[in-house]
Amino acid sequence: MTRWLQDNMPKIVLAPSFIAVMVFVYGFIGWTAWVSLTRSRLMPRYELDSFIQYERLADSPRFETAMVNLAIFGTLFIVIAMVLGLLLAILLDQKIRTEGAIRTIYLYPMALSMIVTGTAWKWILNPELGIEATVKGWGFANFEFNWLVDQDMAIYTVVLAAVWQSSGFVMALFLAGLRSVDEEIIKAAQVDGIPTWRVYSAIIIPSMAPIFLSAFIVLAHLAIKAFDLVIALTGGGPGYATDLPATYMYAMAFSRGDIGQAASSAMVMMLVVFTIVVPYLYSELRTKND
Amino acid sequence: MKSYVLSTASAIAVCAAGAAFAEGHAEAEVLHYWTSGGEAKSVAVLQEEFAANGGTWTDMPVAGGGGDAAGTALRARVLSGNAPTAAQIKGPAIQEWFAEGVLADISSVAEANDWANLLPASIAAHMQCDGTWCAAPVNVHRVDWIWANTEILAANGIEMPTTWDEFNAAAEKLQAAGIIPLAHGGQAWQDATVFETVVLGLGGAEFYQAALVDLDPEALTSDTMIAAFDQMRTMRGYVDPNFSGRDWNLATAMVMNGEAAFQIMGDWAKGEFLAAGKVPGVDFTCASTPGDGYLYNVDSFAMFSVEGDGKAAGQELLAELIMGPTFQEVFNMNKGSIPARTDVDLSGFDECAQISAADMASTNEGGTLMPSYAHGMALFGAQSGAITDVVTAHFNSDMSSEEAVQMLSQAVANSQ
Repeated sequence: MTRWLQDNMPKIVLAPSFIAVMVFVYGFIGWTAWVSLTRSRLMPRYELDSFIQYERLADSPRFETAMVNLAIFGTLFIVIAMVLGLLLAILLDQKIRTEGAIRTIYLYPMALSMIVTGTAWKWILNPELGIEATVKGWGFANFEFNWLVDQDMAIYTVVLAAVWQSSGFVMALFLAGLRSVDEEIIKAAQVDGIPTWRVYSAIIIPSMAPIFLSAFIVLAHLAIKAFDLVIALTGGGPGYATDLPATYMYAMAFSRGDIGQAASSAMVMMLVVFTIVVPYLYSELRTKND
Repeated sequence: MKSYVLSTASAIAVCAAGAAFAEGHAEAEVLHYWTSGGEAKSVAVLQEEFAANGGTWTDMPVAGGGGDAAGTALRARVLSGNAPTAAQIKGPAIQEWFAEGVLADISSVAEANDWANLLPASIAAHMQCDGTWCAAPVNVHRVDWIWANTEILAANGIEMPTTWDEFNAAAEKLQAAGIIPLAHGGQAWQDATVFETVVLGLGGAEFYQAALVDLDPEALTSDTMIAAFDQMRTMRGYVDPNFSGRDWNLATAMVMNGEAAFQIMGDWAKGEFLAAGKVPGVDFTCASTPGDGYLYNVDSFAMFSVEGDGKAAGQELLAELIMGPTFQEVFNMNKGSIPARTDVDLSGFDECAQISAADMASTNEGGTLMPSYAHGMALFGAQSGAITDVVTAHFNSDMSSEEAVQMLSQAVANSQ
């Protein structure tokens, strides 16, 4: 008996959470997939009706805007946050005296919720309250900075706020990575008289590849599920110019009573996540098997 | 021994009283989203009256999202087989819920109290599902109001506009004088509110009915609709550059403070004026938006099928009280709307409410009493949402009116 318990203890302990994950994650993904193939409106219905919801989704200019916005927001957010984070990390890595304090300052935005970030930036970017009004108050009467209310530029204000929030976190990740590079190699390079920028570009950064991958995965899932930032910052406006798939899904499910549309847009979002995560999982599993 | 007999007797008496109590005792669990100051006060009136008639009221207020959160809570309750006794639902959503087979029949109360003759015909139709009564109306908000700062109009020699051309002329004049002509908040539902008043004003009630209620494809792509979008484009020039995302009450405050001259908004805006101590006719002027007709937004309670005599009795009592003349008068005076029943004495109401009631009666006779599409009275959520998407996309970009009309007919077809 004891023997049996010993052998099976890990399975017994893991079983409840395994069952919970199966039901509440994969079970509900399956449920959503099913509902996305029906004509559900106010309440879920279960008679299948082929791909009607996906056809409607394809015909919806609003969902198209949401997907384009996701592409713009995702790309810019991930690239800028990573570049800025790396730059900050390298600058902090120069053995400066107040590193602890500075690191904390840059990391702090991460402690705020996206709602707070969004609301603060909404005020900063508001032409009548924030930067534009301030600079005008200094006497530059022609100064204009109205991205927040300009429907072509509004999505970039979302990028701005998101980068401000997350680049400190990316900096911390990269700083840990920089510190983990073997000191001996760097010293050897310095003895050979190789300039610092070459040390970074040829030795340190390439050896940090796994950190880049982790940072990318973290930022990518932040970008795809972005919802609260948009709600707080622009409310999806002007018009629906800053809609993202998550806000589209919310509007369909909870304000419009169109559960079928909501389910199908959720499935599309999940596919986007898969296309990013699956190659990552694949490469992870492959290195383990080697 | 004596005391034993006495206590037994009293225990039996208590039990008997309890049983009698359970049988005829009206109880109601009411799900609503009236949670802000004035609204909460209004709903408390109903609560008190319900208690005064011997009922037990279980309040279930759900704040947030203009009723979205309440809708979500309601769906969860109904799906789990535990529907509330009554819930605040309006417009075609009542029929949508009826189609799910979860609404109760309150025809006995409605017929006993002659609702059919007390309500304007088109509003009565919203309260009926397949020939039976399934909901009780609380109030009538008029949507097609234009509010103005009286002082600014007088200073610039402007009369309240009665056609959209007059409105445009007045706006040009105000703009030249350095005043923002139209206070507007760039949120989709506010864009839709302005749009529907323009459609009603330019096309008339018949066109409004064809386009925004029956969704007739010909009406949606007609020249009248193009003209409506043209007018929206013109009006885009009359709002200040910072209008995006502004809440409606901030826009109202702009009119109050004299920053802007006009606002197009339903009569809940009146509450803002009155709360700031402004007097109708002196500090601000109310008038219907240019053109004939009346757009209504009616709040109502739908009754759900529930088990138990107490709850059924509660529903009947609730329905009766909601349509009762005292509640309709007190509630609507608090809320800024007008009673749904037409026989209430309006002498205690303000000037704007009296205009609203008189217009409701006359448009009801003339057949131009129309449901507001922007406030969920005319269409299912998916359809009105699709129209609003186009309206707000057009208003916030440089899309041409022809493009907008094409997009509109596609979006409507796609939403069916």
